Amino acid sequence: MSQPFRLDHGGRVDRDTPLQFTFDGRPIDAFRGDTVASALLANGVTLVGRSFKYHRPRGIVSAGAEDPNAFVQLGHGARTLPNRLATVTAATPGLKVRHVNAWPTLEYDVMSAFGLVAPFIPAGFYYKTLMWPRRLWPLYEHFLRHAAGLGHAPDAPDPDRYDHVHAHCDVLVVGAGPAGLAAARAAARAGARVILADEQAEAGGSLLSTHERVDGLPAPRWADATTTELAATRGVTVLPNTTAFGLYESNLVLLAERLITDQPDSAGSENGARVWRVLPKQIVLATGAHERPLLFANNDRPGVMLAGAISTYVNRYAVAPGSRAVLFTNNDAAYRTALDLTDAGVPVAAIADVRSDPAGDLSSEVRAQGIAVHAGAVVRHAQGGRRVAAVELCSLDGAPLGAVECDLLGVSGGFAPALHLHAQARGPSEWDPTLAAFVPRGANGIHPAGAVAGQLGLADALRQGTQAGSTAAAAAGCSNGSDLEVPRANESTQAFIQPYWLPPGGLARAKPQFVDLHEDVTLDDLRLSLREGFESIEHVKRYTTLGMGPDQGKLANPLATGVIAELLGRDPASVGTPRHRPAYSPVSLGAIAGRHIGPLADPVRVTPMQDWHEAAGARFENVGQWRRAWYYPQPGESMHEAVARECLAVRHRVGILDYSTLGKIEITGPDAGEFLDRVYTNAWKRLRPGRCRYGLMLGEDGMIFDDGVTARLDDQRYLMFTSTSNAAPVLASLEQWLQTEWPDLRVYLTSVSEHWSNIALAGPRSRDVLAAAGTDIPLDRRDFPFMTFRQGHVAGVQARVFRISFSGELSYEINVPADCARHVWEALVDAGRPFGITPYGTETMHVLRAEKGFIIVGQETDGSVTPDDVGLGRLLSRRKDFLGKRSLSRPDSVRPDRKQLVGLLTDDPNQILPEGGHVVDSPGPRRPLPMRGHVTSSYFSPVLGRSIALAMVTGGRAALGERLYVATLHDNRWLPARSCHPVFYDPEGARQHV
Amino acid sequence: MLLIPCPWCGPREDDEFTFGGEADFPRPAEPEALTDEQWADYLFMRDNRRGRHREQWCHTAGCRRWFIVERDTVTNEILGAGTYGGSP
Repeated sequence: MSQPFRLDHGGRVDRDTPLQFTFDGRPIDAFRGDTVASALLANGVTLVGRSFKYHRPRGIVSAGAEDPNAFVQLGHGARTLPNRLATVTAATPGLKVRHVNAWPTLEYDVMSAFGLVAPFIPAGFYYKTLMWPRRLWPLYEHFLRHAAGLGHAPDAPDPDRYDHVHAHCDVLVVGAGPAGLAAARAAARAGARVILADEQAEAGGSLLSTHERVDGLPAPRWADATTTELAATRGVTVLPNTTAFGLYESNLVLLAERLITDQPDSAGSENGARVWRVLPKQIVLATGAHERPLLFANNDRPGVMLAGAISTYVNRYAVAPGSRAVLFTNNDAAYRTALDLTDAGVPVAAIADVRSDPAGDLSSEVRAQGIAVHAGAVVRHAQGGRRVAAVELCSLDGAPLGAVECDLLGVSGGFAPALHLHAQARGPSEWDPTLAAFVPRGANGIHPAGAVAGQLGLADALRQGTQAGSTAAAAAGCSNGSDLEVPRANESTQAFIQPYWLPPGGLARAKPQFVDLHEDVTLDDLRLSLREGFESIEHVKRYTTLGMGPDQGKLANPLATGVIAELLGRDPASVGTPRHRPAYSPVSLGAIAGRHIGPLADPVRVTPMQDWHEAAGARFENVGQWRRAWYYPQPGESMHEAVARECLAVRHRVGILDYSTLGKIEITGPDAGEFLDRVYTNAWKRLRPGRCRYGLMLGEDGMIFDDGVTARLDDQRYLMFTSTSNAAPVLASLEQWLQTEWPDLRVYLTSVSEHWSNIALAGPRSRDVLAAAGTDIPLDRRDFPFMTFRQGHVAGVQARVFRISFSGELSYEINVPADCARHVWEALVDAGRPFGITPYGTETMHVLRAEKGFIIVGQETDGSVTPDDVGLGRLLSRRKDFLGKRSLSRPDSVRPDRKQLVGLLTDDPNQILPEGGHVVDSPGPRRPLPMRGHVTSSYFSPVLGRSIALAMVTGGRAALGERLYVATLHDNRWLPARSCHPVFYDPEGARQHV
Repeated sequence: MLLIPCPWCGPREDDEFTFGGEADFPRPAEPEALTDEQWADYLFMRDNRRGRHREQWCHTAGCRRWFIVERDTVTNEILGAGTYGGSP
């Protein structure tokens, strides 16, 4: 028989639209309007998963986002979704649902057999047991990884595209239950722009599962009418299937909207997701309350459910979650469930009520139905294996009261406000003794309303929701003077609760009592934690894993607060709850990443010559966000061969390098020279227009921050080159000094990195190439000497040409407007062909500069290197102050054993030292070996026919020629080398002056 | 997410800005006249106040101006913003 537990009538499911999905391959009949959970229950499926640690059988506990057990895997393949809750997933035709955390099958799980061998793994077990012996940890880990874990990752990259929506509104209402709908209606009627978000497929919340009436209508019909009115109101956005999962500073709220389709493919019914970043002026939190479970032995057996959830399944989904029920409560709510079950024809065998005198209308009604009410009684043990078979009752002092057969046990330990978002916003909460729960007090721009604010009655929730919506709209500047119209409902007295945390003593310890079903944390685990001194609730959480995992302890944490308070004999208010953090419910990573993946994860910057480099077969490397040509291999050439060919071409003929990525900052104004004097270590004011100078920039700590050439373009205009990856930090730093310390200086900074492309010609024939390409700039060495700059035209294009060199060769760096750079580049390559011009990349550039001992900031330096350390002490002006100068005389800066830049030559000329390799005096037996320094740059130098390296070595400069050893990184060898002066090639610098 | 009130551009999301540390640490006029301790104090020591805190921010992805924000370091509430001279 299909759907044996479906009730004959009632509910909101659409019986005219049947559908079928599968659970572990088994077909499940359902109706439109069902969740996966309600359909499973309708088909008598009570076992939906295995628990995290012990693989115990688990069933559906709730009808909402707080469920600790009903996590399932949706779909398959690349688009499968793990950790989805059956209780909030709409049943759609063809949907594939699988259990998680059981092996090989849900019914016969191997891991649960461990329950027979070692009954329970106490908290801290991993820390205490599995760490020793240490060498066995990989074995343990392999075992544990197989045993633990929920769900499976997709087996291929996610093909879906996810969007982020940025939205603003006057009032965001989170939750579309009675308070939320009333608030949204009041705010919308006041003219506010409203976003109403609810995690369920349809708005209404608890209204959809009650028999009460609102404004004379059955509550579900009032919810429908109100939702229709809101959706039709201009400026109102109603978002179903949307979970507000994070509330951040400035009241930014993140919503995850699940996009549901009726034609599921491999993704199941969810066709992607959107993340909304909403910045509302005001927020109404109508997130409701979660019913609290109660402790007794084997309280995790399938068939144990929250009483309110039973009412929801009966009333909203027309499903009887069992055939014979017992209820266990400490408040009035379960009596409503008893009546709902009786109405649906499900016999209620007994109610165990903690309270000694459960008087009141509801209790009279229940007694009138002939249901046995045991006052001052509790459930102490649920019998049964894969499902509850009977419950044992006892009195509050532990005296047995006999057993009652049942297959459904509804529990209600009161209600804990779902204050998660409020707590994320660091809103204050108060312990409310009448609810035995923390109630949020509201925060700046945040208005809790309804059950989350402790208003559990329908009329109260509607009233408070209306008020909150109106107040929020007014605070957002929206008010049209219309009277508040509060939806009418029957008044109800607030149910009084008798807190009940700990079961009576004397129970068999072997039977677990789960505080946290999701993480398999038992009452004994909490006792152990407290006994070992972990008393703070945050420590308890970390010691026992209480409240961790995808469900984030929505049911466990409010219960644990009371349990810990009673165990410690303290006030629950002083125990508190673990810190609430986003996300409230699991959100897929794809939705969080949105479009910021692949090439859009980080911008890729290319120069105007990128296409040319690609056509020339260049290999590329990333330098910051830049793609730079690394080397240009010819067919059949290895990288080593290509770089050697490029290096020799520059040394003997001419090479061309795309150096457009260098940072370029124009510094203008009457005080530009004074500004440079303050930020550079050397003197600038007397630099004549048309000349260039190498500059060194320090942090105030005296350490090298950046270096580069700056040219004086004219009297009040300088052009500063920065290293490629430091362009933005240098500009930010210069702006900071200028704006915050020296606002009196008349200086303006402009980044022109993107506006001017930079083409470097280097090599003895570069002058010939430049001349052949056509220029009106006199190139004679007397007219245009080294370290000067000229303006003119190159290949018909306006150009700034700098005679500076990063290779030690005769060199011109030609700056042209980026629009024209490709043209000039090709003109130079054409003109250079007769001279054997060779394009070269960053690898060759690095080899050439290392042959000359030129440092690269970030390679030779690491933020702890002074100018003197790298032999640039001559650049430090004695006559003026500059940034970082005072730090150079700090005791640490003048230590005699500072590391200094030296060259290293290996004994074996073909041995290339590993960059980063440790430098030691001798590879003797002493361990650890005292470290002398490290290798910073290491290459094979084609022009020298041997390897070269730069290194930072303590006291290195005074001991040039000493014997040193460098450790290899992976194979534990020691490579002998001798230190030398760090300039390997053309130490007189003659070649760049020709 | 902090909504930072740039005095020149108006409130913007914090990812447009760069944090520049505590404000009100002027560079000593004569660094060479300071003892090592005094210089180290300027260089390394900050108050790291709990509560009201004046700090520097730069609207890096906007007007590129540095300005001062007063923020409560406990609640992250922004209490005000001011310029380094000049008015928007």
